[in-house]
Amino acid sequence: MVLELQKPRPIWQIMFSTHHTDVGLLYLISSLAFLFLGGTLALAIRAELFLPGAQIIADAMTFNRMFTVHGTTLIFLFIIPFASAVGNYFVPIMVRYKDMAYPKLNAIAFWMIPPAGALIWLGFADFTWYATPPYSIISAPGPAADMWIFGLKILGISSVLGAINFIVTILKCKHPDMSIGQVPLLAWSFLSSSLIILVAIPTFAAALLMLLTDRLGVSGFFNPALGGDPIAYAHLFWFTFHPEVYVLVIPAIGMMYEIIPRFSRKPIFSYGSGVFAFVLLSIVGFSSWAHHMYATGMSFTEKTVFMVGTLAAVPASAMHVFNFLATMWNGRIRFSTPMMWAVGGIALFFSAGAGGVVNSAMPLDFSTHDTYWVVGHFHLFVMGTIAFGSIGYLYYMFPYVTGRMYNEAMGKIHFILSFVGTVLVFFTQHVLGLYGMPRRIFDYPPIPEWIAMNQIASVGAMIIGVSMAVFLANMIHSSAKGTPTDTDDPFGLGGKYYYPFEARNPHH
Amino acid sequence: MGHHSNWPEWIYIGVVIALMTWVGAEAWEVERIVEHVPADAKVIKVVGQQWFWSFEHEDGTTEIGELHVEAGKAYKFEIESTDVIHSFNIHDYVVLMDAVPGRVNTVWFAPDKAGEHDIQCREYCGLIHYNMRGKLIVEDPLS
Ligand code: HEM
Ligand SMILES: [Cu+2]
Ligand SMILES: [Cu+2]
Repeated sequence: MVLELQKPRPIWQIMFSTHHTDVGLLYLISSLAFLFLGGTLALAIRAELFLPGAQIIADAMTFNRMFTVHGTTLIFLFIIPFASAVGNYFVPIMVRYKDMAYPKLNAIAFWMIPPAGALIWLGFADFTWYATPPYSIISAPGPAADMWIFGLKILGISSVLGAINFIVTILKCKHPDMSIGQVPLLAWSFLSSSLIILVAIPTFAAALLMLLTDRLGVSGFFNPALGGDPIAYAHLFWFTFHPEVYVLVIPAIGMMYEIIPRFSRKPIFSYGSGVFAFVLLSIVGFSSWAHHMYATGMSFTEKTVFMVGTLAAVPASAMHVFNFLATMWNGRIRFSTPMMWAVGGIALFFSAGAGGVVNSAMPLDFSTHDTYWVVGHFHLFVMGTIAFGSIGYLYYMFPYVTGRMYNEAMGKIHFILSFVGTVLVFFTQHVLGLYGMPRRIFDYPPIPEWIAMNQIASVGAMIIGVSMAVFLANMIHSSAKGTPTDTDDPFGLGGKYYYPFEARNPHH
Repeated sequence: MGHHSNWPEWIYIGVVIALMTWVGAEAWEVERIVEHVPADAKVIKVVGQQWFWSFEHEDGTTEIGELHVEAGKAYKFEIESTDVIHSFNIHDYVVLMDAVPGRVNTVWFAPDKAGEHDIQCREYCGLIHYNMRGKLIVEDPLS
């Protein structure tokens, strides 16, 4: 399998290309750039919280803007575009088609991301990644808030275009000899997450417009002063964004389905159960959105319904964990860098899910809601599961894309430091939440437990920071000077069996 | 697919479903009990605004930033906001309820012994959200 290997080309040839691997490369580079930008904000936030009192960030407003842009960047400008990068490289090859179904649309979807990123970063809004009204209508300073709204609007359109492209590529362009039951699980993950996007995003797109007109003062959908209801926004937002968390996680699980069997040198334990769990999750995922709203004053019945909906989705996630472990069972496992990231990611996925079950149980959520527990919970997913799966996959695809091998020792150091750091930061934040520390605060009273937990978390964050420097150095150095590698079997797993995709899509 | 038996997975799924059912049933039962407000609970009106809490007791006395109550009595908070969404929180007593403009949300508690506890805002509400704090002072009814 060779994805890209060829003589270096001038940058503009890649930028104006519509070929799927070129668009994939653009997605890849921009998502990694945003990973580092957003990560830098996280380090600043953690440094600020190392001690009570103002440390390195000038004032609360700057701090509030920083965590808002941090979250927005890593979700919308790193995780989602990174998945698109992988999808662009692999989905056409996996379904044995020459390109994405609509190559120009594909390039357009990518090119919407830089202007959206610019709006978000130049505006630097402060109203958190969910822009809750009425704060976002009556209090949040413009033009930052309006720029954020337009940025998100553009990103929403971009992901809908991308989703349409993946769905058509997989369902309509797959090779006639290939049945849908032979499409690899990674491609299934893109099919499922794209379907979720199509159903989920329009709701938020509408809510964003309503937010904008509310800000302009011409409507009052969410503004109680004009007879509106801010809780309506919460429903619209979470109707989109609870399913969206599965949009984030499903491709990462798909990437693990590529890595785990290869490096265990065994076929996947159950292909059918993987497909079933993806499809189930993308349906049941729509029944739980208001578990984010237990404390908004919902009735007992409403809360119960959404709790049941949330718990009902857990078996679908749990099935993947079983499938991974059963695949590894009795395998001839080789712990190369990609495998370490995937296995670490599974462990953190499991921990994250266990914490999620606690949030779902309504009486317990009143202890954890909007504390650092929730921050810890979802970071075990976004960092521990999704970033781990993605980074593991990046190491895995590296030799195919560059024709060179990354530095294995540095890859392992990167993993070990990141794993230790992730555990230190996000397990600790769960405990911090139980001690009652609210999220999104610039400063905190000198409660000894809070100080201790914050310091552990900050040290963990610095360790992740160091690991990411190792990562960057490895990627830059190895893509230019790494050892040229045999792209038939770069990981020495032995045998073509582990590399089933013969196709190579030449540039047209 | 198909060449091996799948029974371990079925058992596993069964266990997960059983666990989730148990969590759900327990949560339902506990929540049902804690939501039942005692009939003799005294009403305290709580108003959140950027960036402080104010309280009004049944007898009309008002307090700002501090709330005095007596141990051994039940209190029902009626929570409102005059501007943006806040969230009224006494973490030590697991009291948490959003203060939503245009709505009145209720939650109750019964402090069991004298002492001081932190009151804080747990929903992002802007510039001084981090310092929208107060004190709950539970007094011994005898002293
Ligand atoms: C076993 C599966 C899961 C369960 C049971 C679960 C449950 C929950 C619950 C109940 C909350 C609300 C907590 C609160 O605000 O008090 C929550 C928050 C959250 N979850 Fe999960 N979750 C699961 C999986 C995921 C996955 C796979 C992701 C993502 C990639 C995710 C991302 C989030 C995020 C981003 C939030 C918080 C959003 C915010 O308030 O900013 N969760 N989860
Ligand atoms: Cu959710
Ligand atoms: Cu607040």
